[in-house]
Amino acid sequence: MTAQTAPKTSSRPTTADDGEVARFQAIADEWWDAKGKFRPLHRINPVRIAYIRDRVAAHFGLDAGKTAPLSGLTLLDIGCGGGLLAEPVTRLGAKVTAIDAGEKNVAVAKLHADQMGLDIDYRHVLPENLAGLGQTYDVVLNMEVVEHVADLDTFLAASAGLVRPGGCMVVTTLNRTIKSLALAKIGAEYILRWLPVGTHDWRKFVRPSELAEGLAAHGVRLTDLEGMVFNPLNDTWRLDARDLAVNYLAFCVKDAH
Amino acid sequence: MTRNRQMTTDRATDGGTADVLADVAIVGGGLVGGTLAVLLANAGFSVILVDRADPAAGLDAGFDGRASAIALATHRVLVAAGLWDHLGPRSSPIRDIRVADAGSLLFLHYDHSLVGDAPFGYMIENRHLRRALYDAQRAARNLTVVAPAGIAAMDLDSADARLTLADGRTLGARLIVGADGRTSRTRTWAGIRTTGWDYGQTGIVCTVDHERPHGFVAHEHFLAAGPFAILPTKGETGREQHQSSLVWTERDALAPALMALSDDDFLAELALRFGDFLGSLALVGPRWSYPLSLLVAERATAPRFALAGDALHGMHPIAGQGLNMGLRDVAVLAEVLADAKGLGLDLGSPAVLEDYERGRRFDNSLMLGMTDALNRLFSNAVPPLRLARDLGLGTVNALPELKKLFMRHAMGEVGNLPRLMRGETL
Repeated sequence: MTAQTAPKTSSRPTTADDGEVARFQAIADEWWDAKGKFRPLHRINPVRIAYIRDRVAAHFGLDAGKTAPLSGLTLLDIGCGGGLLAEPVTRLGAKVTAIDAGEKNVAVAKLHADQMGLDIDYRHVLPENLAGLGQTYDVVLNMEVVEHVADLDTFLAASAGLVRPGGCMVVTTLNRTIKSLALAKIGAEYILRWLPVGTHDWRKFVRPSELAEGLAAHGVRLTDLEGMVFNPLNDTWRLDARDLAVNYLAFCVKDAH
Repeated sequence: MTRNRQMTTDRATDGGTADVLADVAIVGGGLVGGTLAVLLANAGFSVILVDRADPAAGLDAGFDGRASAIALATHRVLVAAGLWDHLGPRSSPIRDIRVADAGSLLFLHYDHSLVGDAPFGYMIENRHLRRALYDAQRAARNLTVVAPAGIAAMDLDSADARLTLADGRTLGARLIVGADGRTSRTRTWAGIRTTGWDYGQTGIVCTVDHERPHGFVAHEHFLAAGPFAILPTKGETGREQHQSSLVWTERDALAPALMALSDDDFLAELALRFGDFLGSLALVGPRWSYPLSLLVAERATAPRFALAGDALHGMHPIAGQGLNMGLRDVAVLAEVLADAKGLGLDLGSPAVLEDYERGRRFDNSLMLGMTDALNRLFSNAVPPLRLARDLGLGTVNALPELKKLFMRHAMGEVGNLPRLMRGETL
């Protein structure tokens, strides 16, 4: 308590820090502006949170329909950004640790969670460094991250190591198909301008088979695949197990033995 | 210790603490705000309901002697809120609707059996609605009713929403719902503008006892001054079918004179328009009059704020849709919020409120437009228009499919219905 409040109270009088807070506040407002540049994440959030809630609850024998269904579970959110996923899963009851490679993201997410009154352990750390500490989690979320990492195998090894035996992992990413090149890269970045040009490198998109093999090498088994399909008429996303060509979700488990 | 105290001071000066905290704070404890409060509290939300009036004061028949037409689909919202056990036995079904135009033999007859067994809707006296809501609010566990209480200020920002009461107490919530009626102050505070116009008409409302039974038939007479509606209500024991509620639209210039008449003279004027098909008439209770105007809020939401009911769309009562529209707001908002809660989303966030805004925009403009067009067409004695509407009524009557669509519309069954209006749970 003392250790946490000390820097906050002592830093209050300096103008430099006020400027910093104001800057972080501006970035946080940007992350949480549903009509702003993170709109695609806000629109896709309901369908991916519902998938996480229902699959994770079923895996641990919990009732997804009751209040705070994920209570009692520890959860690690890798690549948390501004906390768009970490906050909802915290409200659903999970005890959440959320990490990001971007120092600014972590500061921004922390600020927003404080304002929301949510207790989330945000850290500026890479999964491979966190894995070295020996900590494991009931649930690991790898959402919209694997298509951005420098070395896929190192990343999958580290995140697989963070799942406790008997635990599970949820992955969302982009498939490497002609359709995803057309829609997710050229369509979303150049035509619809949903994302800044250069957000994605299509060559780093991951096929479901590559994901499954990469995780299996580290003791994590892929058990379910669902496509996420955008309906432009009502501006919403839905699950479709038959269409994995662009955005997809994978549920994976680490066997207990 | 010193540090803790300092932190407490900081929080207080930041205004970070409120005296009462909830998921949702609703301003306005009328039929719309009250129903939303009960639905949300029963779905596990913590809810604060603020009203400037003492809730018990609204239970007196003299407070509001009006009756409301509840469409079939909207009645399901009242069922979901647990109010129908009380309301069912006190309501009158509307089984047929007859629409007639003065001076014309053509009339439109809606018979509910053309589209199934269910009635078009129900007539319920507002005092019964208020009683059912009052009891349900007292029984709801997660609901705090703050009334009578004046509100001095409303603050909305990206992190939280706050109401400051006249007595200095503060109420904090993730979302504030403004259900405070046509002259909504929360709407002004939220910076939401309105558009609208006056019709130059007044709605006179009263209740009559009639010699012959109404047979659960509603009548709408389109007179030159505007529509005259006769709506079957439930009378006293033994005379259940002998009471109707009237909505009489009159030109502004004539209305004050009518209101000033003695009961006998008023009844004579009324009988001229009512006709003699239900035998002799007698007035029951007082009469009310309301200027008719249309008022639409330009947006349904602001950051951490949503409008519902008349605060969002005050409309001409011609099609009896005011409360139905309000309860449709309630059904959509409750569904959007229940879904958001189930996903752990921030209830007052733009991402969540966008779904409510989207869910209401089309519906409101459709209904307001239809109601307005109907009134403009029928409140007119110009001969070509008269002929057009005579033919219009006859044509609708002659085309069964078109007629069924109109009937389903009257039942509230047209459009993309929220779960509560389809008879499903939240």
